Amino acid sequence: MAAGITVPADEELWSAIADPSRRQVLDLLVSHGAVSASWLAGRVPFTRQAVSKHLVVLERTGLISRRKQGREVLYQVEAERLDQAARAMAELAAQWDRRLGAIKRLAEAAHAENASKNPHDQ
Amino acid sequence: MSGLVIEREVLIEAPAEVVWRTITEPDQITQWFASRVELVVEPGAHGYMEFGDQGGPVVVEAVDPPTRFSFRWNHPRGEEPVAGNSMLVEFTLTPEGDEQTRLRVVESGHELCAWPDAEKERYAEEHQEGWVEFLDRLAVLVAKRRL
Repeated sequence: MAAGITVPADEELWSAIADPSRRQVLDLLVSHGAVSASWLAGRVPFTRQAVSKHLVVLERTGLISRRKQGREVLYQVEAERLDQAARAMAELAAQWDRRLGAIKRLAEAAHAENASKNPHDQ
Repeated sequence: MSGLVIEREVLIEAPAEVVWRTITEPDQITQWFASRVELVVEPGAHGYMEFGDQGGPVVVEAVDPPTRFSFRWNHPRGEEPVAGNSMLVEFTLTPEGDEQTRLRVVESGHELCAWPDAEKERYAEEHQEGWVEFLDRLAVLVAKRRL
């Protein structure tokens, strides 16, 4: 990646949550705790196969993890990673707020200066 | 458009033309963004922005004064920034009366850039919640469950 972003852009994470279906899966895992792929497949409008693929992508980002319980594999949200991701996103948003704030100050100062130079234009 | 990576806005007490100059003129950009800027504001123009001791190429996409300005940045070194390998920053300026301008910025990520417009629209409609809000909500839910 080229430089410039002070918070590292986590491509894998962003791609993972860019997909609406994966957001749905993540949402279900957050609200229901440790559940199986079949359980998830019963609650989303896409196939069990698609659910498995989404789980693989989400697991790669560290947002979820799996554990075996008897013969079942259960998936669960990794709270700390999720928290970290939420903070990184919030920091990116805060960066833009700071930039927009600076743009606002600059533009308003330039406008005030124009107005004082050309009072008859107002 | 909602639901993209980052979407923020601010209301500025200045006409759109003044805001336009602030976001597009290199000597202005250095005051709110990069520390050094080489940029010609023309669609397709290749420029360069430096941030302290780091820097990278940028490519201008849309130039529609004084309402729309966008550029791509943060792509892999040595590669042409195109949809799919870079971040797209889009500024939209909307005049509110004679003296005010609403400035909106959307920074969208890799996967989204490559999506067809119809997909993006459907996505935006289904997911009014931005990424920041989405992750934040999930993090809060998880924290509550752990109590």
